[in-house]
Amino acid sequence: MRSARFRRTRRAGAITLVSALTLTALAACGTSSSDDGGGSEGGSGSSDPAAPLDPKTKVTITIDCMPPAAKAAELKEWKEDVKAFNERYPNVTIDGRSTPGQCLEPPRFTAMLKAKSQPDVFYTYFTDLPQVLDNDGAEDITAYVNEKTVPALKDIDPSVLGSLEHENKLYGLPESNYTMGLLINRKLFEQAGLDPDSPPRTWDEVRTAARKISGLGEGIAGFGEYSAGNTGGWHFTAQMYSLGGEVVDASGKKAAFDDELGKQVAENLHAMRWEDESMGKTQLLKWGDLQKQIATDKLGMFLAAPDDITYMVQQLGADYENFGMGPIPGEKNTLAGGNGYMIKEGISPDKIKAAVAWLNFKNLTVGRGQFDWARKKKDDLPVGLPQPNFWLNESKRRDDAARIEHATMPVENFKTFMDNPVPGKAEPPKAQEVYKVLDNVMSGILTNEDADVGQLLSTAEQQVDQVLATQ
Amino acid sequence: MSAPSLTPSKAGRPRHSQPPPAGPPSPGGSFGRSLKRNLTAHGFLIGAVLCFAFFSWYPMVREFFLAFQKTDQGEVSWVGLDNLRTVFNDPAFWQAWRNTLLFTVLALVFGFAVPFVVALVINELRHGKGYLRLLVYLPVMLPPVAAVLLFKYLYDPGYGLLNELFGSVGLPEQQWLQDPDLSMLSVVIASTWMNMGGAALIYLAALQGIPGELYEAAELDGAGLLRKIWHVTIPQTRLILSLMLLMQIIATMQVFVEPFLLTGGAGPEGSTTTVVYLIYQYAFNFNDYGAAAALGLLLLVLLAGFSAAYVKLSRAEDE
Repeated sequence: MRSARFRRTRRAGAITLVSALTLTALAACGTSSSDDGGGSEGGSGSSDPAAPLDPKTKVTITIDCMPPAAKAAELKEWKEDVKAFNERYPNVTIDGRSTPGQCLEPPRFTAMLKAKSQPDVFYTYFTDLPQVLDNDGAEDITAYVNEKTVPALKDIDPSVLGSLEHENKLYGLPESNYTMGLLINRKLFEQAGLDPDSPPRTWDEVRTAARKISGLGEGIAGFGEYSAGNTGGWHFTAQMYSLGGEVVDASGKKAAFDDELGKQVAENLHAMRWEDESMGKTQLLKWGDLQKQIATDKLGMFLAAPDDITYMVQQLGADYENFGMGPIPGEKNTLAGGNGYMIKEGISPDKIKAAVAWLNFKNLTVGRGQFDWARKKKDDLPVGLPQPNFWLNESKRRDDAARIEHATMPVENFKTFMDNPVPGKAEPPKAQEVYKVLDNVMSGILTNEDADVGQLLSTAEQQVDQVLATQ
Repeated sequence: MSAPSLTPSKAGRPRHSQPPPAGPPSPGGSFGRSLKRNLTAHGFLIGAVLCFAFFSWYPMVREFFLAFQKTDQGEVSWVGLDNLRTVFNDPAFWQAWRNTLLFTVLALVFGFAVPFVVALVINELRHGKGYLRLLVYLPVMLPPVAAVLLFKYLYDPGYGLLNELFGSVGLPEQQWLQDPDLSMLSVVIASTWMNMGGAALIYLAALQGIPGELYEAAELDGAGLLRKIWHVTIPQTRLILSLMLLMQIIATMQVFVEPFLLTGGAGPEGSTTTVVYLIYQYAFNFNDYGAAAALGLLLLVLLAGFSAAYVKLSRAEDE
């Protein structure tokens, strides 16, 4: 009897002990799981996501796209920025990940998203957002981004920020942007008696200027357009946007270019090619062909983004001085794009705060980080190109002034482009497939004198509907 | 006169009507004996078989499965016939097939006849055969991209040599690669020039294997040049001609480099979009490897059909 009581007492003690151990273990698990993969390592960050990062917080964040050793000047600036950032946040370790070549190669990027192996702060093109969300790749940072954490927030162009939003939630912060404008060859403008400081602002003016430039003879074309390798469709889209038109309707399911504006774009190009003969005889051009022509003074104008000029100077040996830019003719809308950084879903709130603090310091502060133009000039990097430029208001005024002050090229050549910003508009859904179909419209117009513009547009519209229906 | 048959006579064929005499049973059977006898040969074969397995057969088998899968880089899922549906719904699908068939027909007209005629001419020469052979083969030695770019300059409507020549004899300038009606023909001409050297040498080898006495006999019968070609040359080279025809159909249906470099792939109004260019677009522009594999499979089935039909026809003819 006594022994039975003793057994019961022993059993009750064991149960109590096991229960206590289990509860302790569960409590420990709770702590660890709430941290979700390593949050702050010794910090005491505020639980309010809207509050800025507490400088005492100790975290390590991995960041995409640190410049590789081959880009010595850019890498030097990165290291300087990390050092300066650590003066404010000494406990944040910035672990930069560098990739050779371009920061984002689509196949590698997709694989990284699938494997959830992207760094805590990862580089994306604006057009990557749907893919990132489909893969639960990015954190909703709406609550973390405000005027305390990103003081210049109100001065960021809403159309740029909008490229990183979905259903009113913010998923990234921009680093760079581009919008298309009209790139001109100043030398040919002067030779043709045109004012290179005042590039054409309407398509009628483009037509008149192109006629004058092609009148110089010697195989010089006034205006150039692509019509192969999907780039024809891409530029047809840009021209449609410039007149306020659409390529795909708001539902994203129907083509919307077989209308009066579509005909206007097509007929204008057809007339320039065949009536004015101001677009040169060689067609079926794709990306790179027009850059070569304008760099060798064989082309007067084409639609481009400012970074084309960097390509022409650095790769084709042209001079910055010979180029200028105006806004896209028509000026209703322009095709826009760019890139930014997103923050990996599931990392701790302190890490998110540290990431926002770093992105604010490196990419979103006028006069610091990537906008430190004085340092760029000292490091022999190009200063004075009109983009990236997503600033508005006071930030724009200060940044533009600094660019001008430290310019390494004649910035007044881009004045018309900078003084007349055109609202940016993103690419249509299934962009490449749509562009493939629209290539036929462009090549038809530019290679066939007897092209039936209406027929070309109508066939392409049916085909784009078919492409969009299989989404 | 009739051309001598190239099929071996029935009398000359080995007879298998009698079963081989039964020998003492061996542990490995006849397969084991054969393996032992040909050990060295099998050793040499292993290398080739492994190479084919890894680099030819495995990709083919993989492609077959890929045609029914969706691959998002690491992740693979089965989608049944979805990829085929995507391919059939592509507005460029039928146009690509029409263009490919047009290229094949034009390439047969030019690419098949021209090298044969060139080989006939070289074969008839008494002097300078070697030099001419070299000249004809020279374009094959040029890297294909360089050869294609050379034609791009020739065809250029603004400053191309071809339009200069046309202008100098009073002919109107042409839009060679930029006219939807001329673009495919221009591509075929460039392709024929690039590839005819190899074919001409093969025809030449076949022509040189024809016994001279057959021509002498034909001449005694009063045959002229054309009759000699018709009654001696063509029957004597029939097998090599058939083989080259088949190989040319298979090669031309996979044309890619020439239209891709000359016309940017699609060409004016899509007039040079070929099936392989469409496969390239799916794979490398749209990252849709499943659709690319599905279209590749369709092409494979068609070409396999051609090959099977050819083998059957040639067997029927032999028997």
